[in-house]
Amino acid sequence: MGEPKQESAAETLLGRHASPPAASNWADSARQAARGRVLSMGAAGRRDEYWRYTNPTELNAENTADVGILELDESPVFDGVEKLLITFVDGVFSPEQSDDLSGESLEISTLEDAMNSDIHWASDVFGQLEANGQTPVQRPFAALNTAMAEQGFVIRATGKISKPVAFRYLRESAQSDVVIHHVVRVESGADLSILENGAGAARLNTCIEVDVADRGAFHHLRAQGRDHARLAVTHMFARLGEESTFKSFTLTVNGKLTRNEVVIDINGNNAKASVSGASLGDGDFLHDDTIFITHDAVDCESRQVFKKVLKNGATGVFQGKILVQPDAQKTDGYQISQGLLLNEDSNFLAKPELEIYADDVACSHGSTCGAVDENSMFYLMSRGVPRSEAQNMMIAAFLDEAIQEIEDEALADDIRSRLVGWAQRHSA
Amino acid sequence: MFEIKNLKASLEDEDKQILKGMNLSIGEGEVHAIMGPNGSGKSTMSYVASGKSGYVVDAGSVELDGVDLLEMEPDERAAAGLFLAFQYPVEIPGVGNMTFLRTAVNSQRKARGEEELNAAQFLKLVREKAKALKIDADMLKRPVNVGFSGGEKKRNEILQMAMLEPKMCILDETDSGLDVDAMKLVSEGVNALRDGKRSFLVITHYQRLLDHIKPDVVHIMADGKIIKSGGPELALEVENNGYADLLNEVA
Repeated sequence: MGEPKQESAAETLLGRHASPPAASNWADSARQAARGRVLSMGAAGRRDEYWRYTNPTELNAENTADVGILELDESPVFDGVEKLLITFVDGVFSPEQSDDLSGESLEISTLEDAMNSDIHWASDVFGQLEANGQTPVQRPFAALNTAMAEQGFVIRATGKISKPVAFRYLRESAQSDVVIHHVVRVESGADLSILENGAGAARLNTCIEVDVADRGAFHHLRAQGRDHARLAVTHMFARLGEESTFKSFTLTVNGKLTRNEVVIDINGNNAKASVSGASLGDGDFLHDDTIFITHDAVDCESRQVFKKVLKNGATGVFQGKILVQPDAQKTDGYQISQGLLLNEDSNFLAKPELEIYADDVACSHGSTCGAVDENSMFYLMSRGVPRSEAQNMMIAAFLDEAIQEIEDEALADDIRSRLVGWAQRHSA
Repeated sequence: MFEIKNLKASLEDEDKQILKGMNLSIGEGEVHAIMGPNGSGKSTMSYVASGKSGYVVDAGSVELDGVDLLEMEPDERAAAGLFLAFQYPVEIPGVGNMTFLRTAVNSQRKARGEEELNAAQFLKLVREKAKALKIDADMLKRPVNVGFSGGEKKRNEILQMAMLEPKMCILDETDSGLDVDAMKLVSEGVNALRDGKRSFLVITHYQRLLDHIKPDVVHIMADGKIIKSGGPELALEVENNGYADLLNEVA
């Protein structure tokens, strides 16, 4: 910290994007504070404890490399789902390619509009959950996002929202360097689902802050596109009230570098949080899930379920932490991270962490790494199933525990079909 | 029909030959039984014939209808008509029994150039066959063999056999872990598949199974080869006297 080299790296980060235009006082001061955080913490470096497995050099670099745009040979993810579609092209909201922004019990506005108005609840969330999430682990890309993002949406749900809000991130430029920030408030008893789909940019930085009030429910399902050379760093910061629910699942197939951080603060009693993901990579692929769940209330449950299928030198990283504060009795924490290595030169690096200060808690965690079970393969093949198909069945079986975290069966099946598609394309 | 000639095979990881020149010939529609002391190579023979990895074939051949099986992948051997009912059926969490069965049936049909069964046709067929084996719908929905009792696992093996309609069935200690009623049920399932053309090789330690599945020929295996063959009375002899006399005879 504080070394001149890192400070200049922080300047480089901030200099990559145009400063957002002046907005309301509260918004400007939140952005200024975030800017200050970036400068004081500096850029992420390999010596940082949480960047030991993932090299941030390309995320820190001033410019992005050309990233080829993938022509999809399948229907877009979530295609068959009724939704409120919001499209970004190279990180810029495209009203022409989006639905009419309205819905019952739903208040929704662009980040730009919200920053220029006096939305009381938003000032309580924007940049605030991110700032809270900076201790004890620093997350400079999230602060950068708050400081520089001009694009994004501010959403408030006051009842059960029937259609999910679906963000679609399209790419047209080979070099786009995109920052998007969403702010979400789920009011008491409300229920909101958010879908995200697409690679979005050559280098994408997204941040979602989610404030879930007592008895609110928030569901998040994300597919990060299939573009091979893209870079992505994403953050979700959530604060959970009493008896609230938070569920997030991410599907990642391909991607040269993906770092997904989820930081959850469980503040209300009897709340439930689930963060899960399935990632599949072949070759030049690094996928990093870095999770931090803080239990600060009684009778709460949290689950982390992450599965990674890795092939031809691909690397999977999992850093998952459960912190149970002294007052968080009756905490039920579960964490599993597993790597399935389809050949020997792939890597799965896992760092599960439990830090428990309450005495009446049940926390279980496990991490495994291995190849496809040969006995199972022989059993399937002895019944006539060809090797590649047998392996695909084993991959699907391996991933299914993570997919079962998705509540909506139709969405879960959509995800399953994507996994099968990937496995078939990569079964040679 | 099914011919094993001078088969010699070793464990890949150890320099240890298990099969030491085994010969066996089973004609169309015949039922043969193999008995033998532990470690004589009975299960190894079934694994080598069906293509499990971990074994090296040092010499000999295994043919089904004149086609050499040893050069084939396990799935190709299955499509050629070979079926092995496992002594210990494998549990595969996350793979649904029904999905597995349908994939297996259709993979084989595809490999043989036959038309694949659609969902309705498959369902009708599997329900019919499952009913005869007292396998309920719930068992079909569960992951392959996960949470199945010993008897359920063996019934599931016979169901797979019934669905796949192989030419040659090897049953590796299918009676192990079965109570009297389950053994009867499994045996009835096997007997229902005896149609005068399909052949069976029943590996067992006990004559009891052979009361239900009546063999045409009984072989005694020891130290990697068949040391004696005879009629069903040979199994009775083993049951009453053990292997000692037979082993001394050839020694």
